[in-house]
Amino acid sequence: MKIVNIIVAIVSGIIVLLGYFFKLPELENLRGSLLNWALVLSGVAGLVAILNLIFSVHWKRVRDKHPLKGTSLIIIISFGVTFIAGIFLGPSNPGFQKLVTAVQVPIESSLMAILAITLVIASLKILQRHRNWMGFVFFVSVILFLVLNSGVLAFTSEIPILRDLLSAFHQVPVAGARGILLGVALGSIVTGIRVLIGSDRPYNG
Amino acid sequence: MTGWNLVGFLLVLATAAGIFIFSSKKVRARYPALFRKIPAITRLKRAIGLSVEDGSRVHVTLGNADLTDTANTSALVGLSALHSIGQLSANSDQPPVSTSGNGGFALLSKDTLRATAAETNTRDFYDPDLGYLAGATPFSFALGAMDVIDQSEVKTNVFIGSFGVEAGLLTTRAEDRAPFTLAASDSIVAQSVFLATSRDVLIGEELYAVPAYLAYRPAHIASLRVQDLLRILTGGALLIGAFLKGLGLI
Repeated sequence: MKIVNIIVAIVSGIIVLLGYFFKLPELENLRGSLLNWALVLSGVAGLVAILNLIFSVHWKRVRDKHPLKGTSLIIIISFGVTFIAGIFLGPSNPGFQKLVTAVQVPIESSLMAILAITLVIASLKILQRHRNWMGFVFFVSVILFLVLNSGVLAFTSEIPILRDLLSAFHQVPVAGARGILLGVALGSIVTGIRVLIGSDRPYNG
Repeated sequence: MTGWNLVGFLLVLATAAGIFIFSSKKVRARYPALFRKIPAITRLKRAIGLSVEDGSRVHVTLGNADLTDTANTSALVGLSALHSIGQLSANSDQPPVSTSGNGGFALLSKDTLRATAAETNTRDFYDPDLGYLAGATPFSFALGAMDVIDQSEVKTNVFIGSFGVEAGLLTTRAEDRAPFTLAASDSIVAQSVFLATSRDVLIGEELYAVPAYLAYRPAHIASLRVQDLLRILTGGALLIGAFLKGLGLI
């Protein structure tokens, strides 16, 4: 069974990859069908994982009288209400969407606010965490680009030398990000191909 | 087929050939791998060893990349890392726990934990609920994963995968609660958040070196070598391009 899984995964991956490079109608159709199946399977996997979260993790907590059983009970009830409402009203129903967003948006906005404060405090503590050149350079860069992007140096646009200098400074983070992204892209290519040729199998079957 | 498609296809073929060649026993024996020191990974190995000794648990979180998304290779690296961490902590009675923000990766993490338990003959300790979906949206995932970070038996946290700014909540909590946290992501935003909030951070392509450094499997080492070659080629192409542009030829 394991070998069948590996063969199916490798063949499907190769067909999808070839579909990107060779624009043959048959190959494109096959690739489209495989990708659609993958999307359906991914959706089913999502549902299975959510049901597992509800019944294996949170229901277990309620049953085992875990200290967080109250939170888990709220999660189970919320999931049940949302799931039933979603089935009967449909996900595109305006009332259903309002019900979901009226809960989700304020909670996520609050979390974003907490995150903003957390990141400010973390930035102030960065020199404690990274007592090396990297931490120092990161800290100085953050301060420098906060000042540059704040607009307080807008008057320099009238002075040619300063304008060119600041313009050059603005290119530095772009260059750095490109360097990091190139490394990430090469790593992604090699990891993807390693999985594609079956050298690395995250699916064990 | 356009010219760039051909270049892409040849690149894929060359990369696959490179992985096969560098994985062969003959090449490995003739050109043994030399690893540069990555302190964060050295400390991760030590933390895994300590977790086995003190009976604590390692928490691996894979981020919220979609299984059908192109940015999911970092989560695939996370799965490889989970496999290696499971093997390294096989002597412990607390197998690693894994959280993710995507259903597909949650199921793959269960499968990885099951396979590791079978390989290390520790089926008695295998619990399918140790790999689960922490939340379906980025913030709900972060809150679900924070629940695991708060568990008293979790003393090592490993964040490998695709994250957004919500990663700041996770790493801040992990740094407060656990003695060791390793953070790595393919996202530039997450990398900057990690650098501000965590001590041990992997930048850029260092993320893709984790499986090779943890397990020394031939395929992982070969892929690192191919990555190095591709980096040299890309760097060379960029320099030549800049030179030609400077001369006004392109």
